[in-house]
Amino acid sequence: MLRRALLPILVAAVAVVLLSLVVPRDSYAEKILFDIGINIVLAVSLNMVNGLCGQFSIGHAGFMAVGAYASIVVTYYGGYALWGEVGKHAGLGGLGIYLVSIVVGGLMAAVAGWLVGLPSLRLRGDYLAIVTLGFGEIIRVLLQATPGVLYPSEMAEVPGLLRPLHLGGALGFSHGQSYNSIAWTYAMVALTVLVAYRLRESTHGRAFLAVRENEIAAEAMGVNTTRYKVIAFVLAAFFAGVAGALFAHQLGAGTASRPEEFNFMKSFEVVIMVVLGGMGSVSGAAVAAVALTLLTELLRSVQDYRMIAYALLLILVMILRPSGLFGTREIWTIWRRKKA
Amino acid sequence: MAAFLQFLFKGISVGSLYALLALGYTMVYGILSFINFAHSDVFMLGAFFTWRFAGAFGLDHPSSVQVAGLLLMAMAACAVTGFLIERLAYRPLRHAPRINVLITAIGVSLLIENVGQLVFGKSVVQFPSLSEASIGFGKHTVMMDDTFTIGGVNVRVVEVFAVAASIALMLALQWMVYRTKVGRAMRAVSVDHQVAGLMGIPVDRIISLTFIIGSALAGAGGLLVGFTYGQIKQPADASWILYGLKAFIAAVIGGIGNLPGAMLGGLVLGLSEQFVAGYVSTTFRDAIAFALLILILLVRPSGILGRRVVEKV
Amino acid sequence: MNPLKASVLALSALSLAGVTVLTGCPNKTGDSKPTATEEIVVGEYGSMTGSEATFGQSTHNGIVMAVDEINAAGGIKGRKVKLVNYDDQGKTSEVGTAVTRLITSDKALAILGEVSSSLSIAGGQIAQQQGVPMISPSSTNPKVTETGDYVFRVCFTDQFQGEVMARFLTNPVAQKGLGLKKVAILIDQRQAYAQGLAKYFEESLLKLGGSVAAKESYQGGDQDFSAQLTHIKAAQPEALYIPGYYTDIANIAKQVRALGITVPMLGGDGWESVTDIGGPYLDGSYYSNHYSTDEARPEVKIFVDKYIAKHKKTPDSMSALGYDAMMLLKNAIERAPTIERKAVRDALAATQAFSGVTGTISIDAQRNAKKPAAVLKITGKTTTTAASIAP
Repeated sequence: MLRRALLPILVAAVAVVLLSLVVPRDSYAEKILFDIGINIVLAVSLNMVNGLCGQFSIGHAGFMAVGAYASIVVTYYGGYALWGEVGKHAGLGGLGIYLVSIVVGGLMAAVAGWLVGLPSLRLRGDYLAIVTLGFGEIIRVLLQATPGVLYPSEMAEVPGLLRPLHLGGALGFSHGQSYNSIAWTYAMVALTVLVAYRLRESTHGRAFLAVRENEIAAEAMGVNTTRYKVIAFVLAAFFAGVAGALFAHQLGAGTASRPEEFNFMKSFEVVIMVVLGGMGSVSGAAVAAVALTLLTELLRSVQDYRMIAYALLLILVMILRPSGLFGTREIWTIWRRKKA
Repeated sequence: MAAFLQFLFKGISVGSLYALLALGYTMVYGILSFINFAHSDVFMLGAFFTWRFAGAFGLDHPSSVQVAGLLLMAMAACAVTGFLIERLAYRPLRHAPRINVLITAIGVSLLIENVGQLVFGKSVVQFPSLSEASIGFGKHTVMMDDTFTIGGVNVRVVEVFAVAASIALMLALQWMVYRTKVGRAMRAVSVDHQVAGLMGIPVDRIISLTFIIGSALAGAGGLLVGFTYGQIKQPADASWILYGLKAFIAAVIGGIGNLPGAMLGGLVLGLSEQFVAGYVSTTFRDAIAFALLILILLVRPSGILGRRVVEKV
Repeated sequence: MNPLKASVLALSALSLAGVTVLTGCPNKTGDSKPTATEEIVVGEYGSMTGSEATFGQSTHNGIVMAVDEINAAGGIKGRKVKLVNYDDQGKTSEVGTAVTRLITSDKALAILGEVSSSLSIAGGQIAQQQGVPMISPSSTNPKVTETGDYVFRVCFTDQFQGEVMARFLTNPVAQKGLGLKKVAILIDQRQAYAQGLAKYFEESLLKLGGSVAAKESYQGGDQDFSAQLTHIKAAQPEALYIPGYYTDIANIAKQVRALGITVPMLGGDGWESVTDIGGPYLDGSYYSNHYSTDEARPEVKIFVDKYIAKHKKTPDSMSALGYDAMMLLKNAIERAPTIERKAVRDALAATQAFSGVTGTISIDAQRNAKKPAAVLKITGKTTTTAASIAP
């Protein structure tokens, strides 16, 4: 089993290294690739809940926000506690703390997912939508109320444990460090896709599908539906947090991130990707993420019409081809079928 | 004491607007079991239609009769909108999984908002002034624009009017649903589509009617909001969606699918917001609605007036 | 072929293809020393869509007017100016894309932008990293220029602006002030701008011997302020300081008066354009701004007339500041020994007594503009200069 998993990882690693060599640092191309990577992680993770498990979560951006801020706290305040400075730390130390921050970001988001999911997943699916939407709003309001980010000169005034509360308020955390790189981003993409795919093929995945198709029947067969719904939800939140951590360490875009950036419009954009790609298809979500990110960039000048086009597309897809681009199949099964 | 009464009055005023919207959400949920995300956009359209109609007729300072006329026009326009949404976007998905309809609703919502931005512009819009709209009570005449101070509480006539209009509409709806044949048909369809259809009730038409009525109420709400605050935000502004969200929460609090529940929920939410904002903190006023939601879901998911519905296979 | 391998490869291929299409063929050399006859590329990033669209559009108008004038007069050192502008939709993530594109794809010599401070901070981080001078026309949060020595602004900071209104409020009437002491502050929790301005106002107020009667907050976009205003009324302030954006101010003013609060209201430059929608509720209120259209200086009259001729409406301070930003850039390029990024940056830093529409600008050590602020009084739909406060 490990050997089967090793080959794709190796190939992915090679692809990523090639990519990071070809694309110049801080260039326009790099920025686009970052966006694509982060969106893939967001879409594939949301697919775990919406597609695989059939639950309706529309507050994904809220978990992204939790992950983003948690990770910044680690690199900024953690970095200061370790090395006495707030700039980007070079070498292994810097890489180490970034890795830790990504993990912490994901974990914090997962905890948030658990807190949000546990009460609401017990109930009817529609309520989950409202609760997740509301959660995003609450996060935004809470973040806006935080005091300003501490400068090194001010650090001494605030005890270590209270410093993470200084998250910049409405202005945002404008002191992030640009640790992110193509390698990191796509390593996370590979991880997310791997987990999503393995999940689907595992016993957990079967349980998810059972819950999606008919909750009552699944419960009757002995599947603890609430437990599996929560697992899916927490996993999805974890990766949303990872995406947030990646975003927050991207120069300009994320290193000046503010609560407004993680509003429900962002959540809707991710939902659109999952829906268009096919709810339940890992590759579908990924392909849709890539396509929509590129489309956004290409249609930058006609922004208003782009949103109208997306909305119409959403409605038409739901009415005419609700399964989306790939339905519940993956890109390689389509290929294989054609061969046979 | 004056502050308490002020919050009370404001709570009722804000709450009645939530109630008007909540009715639309609860009716649709009762009949089709899904959250009509696009409802807040119909509400928004109600405000903008009013503005446009007023502009078309050159009504800078409408009289009360003209305001009433605008109300009817806005309600009619929104009723048509609601009918079209149901017919074109929701009916094809009548038998689809619920998640599909929810997504379509989001799509419709985004569509209306962005088309609205193109048609109505992207900036804040001024509503016509109410300085020449008068209401007469026997010998007294007050302007809608006036503000009175009663016992230390500032009461704006337009808000009283809004509350009165909301109550009137809600009573009319109650009467219709519980005292007419059509209303009985609506109640039947909300219990069970299939059986109602077998009994000879035109299910499709009843569903359309539900949307028409709900949307008309939302349209009225839009007009009232516009006149109460004098200006409205642009179509894609987040505040419209937030309003709708809170109205839905109000419906849940009162008991989803339940008409008196929606009205009660609206009132409860309006009062809670004002009192918490007034006595605890204004910063977290928006969060109150969601806190209440979580509370209700944990303690009594069926809502204050709701009944537990067992889902049958 | 192993399915996962296939998908990963397919994804990488797709991404590369897409990126290649977008960025075109790799550019030749990345040097910032264009040949003599080439155009000087100036980049602009602004919010043409989104909630800040009116500000972005105004600023853009000012910049374009300046560019047209410069080119009509033969350009800078004989070379025409080419303005490349991208819409950032009011989002920091889009700012990243826009500014990166301007710098690395379009090879801009310098960039202008933005209005909103958070967006300027985002853009500034990239500009600083890449060594490209950036001038913000109207971002007032002090943190913007703290990003680095390549980031400048042609307007004052909120630190100064808050002080201005505090001084105006407490100055005795004989010195064109209001002679008041007790203030209630209403802050927009959603805007860093409002939070910052309120903080500096309060600091200055307390230093000048004033006091804060009440402090309340709201969420930008709210419709109902009765809870906050009821508290404020109970505290009986002599004035209200509401440093928010004009879209909320008109609504707040109405409710303030409806609640029977008659004291004057004061605000900051975010109030601009409030007279378009404010109605009679704002009569007798004041706000600080970057300039006033009725100032006696000749530059103002020339600019205002030209703007009205072209756009059929009076220019707001965003346009004036956009115009000044571009003109200052031109001035710096002329003073710079060579036309390249570092030299222009140094010239900008050395600016003294530049005559702009919005006042005489000197760039100080923190790369902020040292210039006076105008305090405007609202009467009906017009504003008049009530005072001018210098640093």
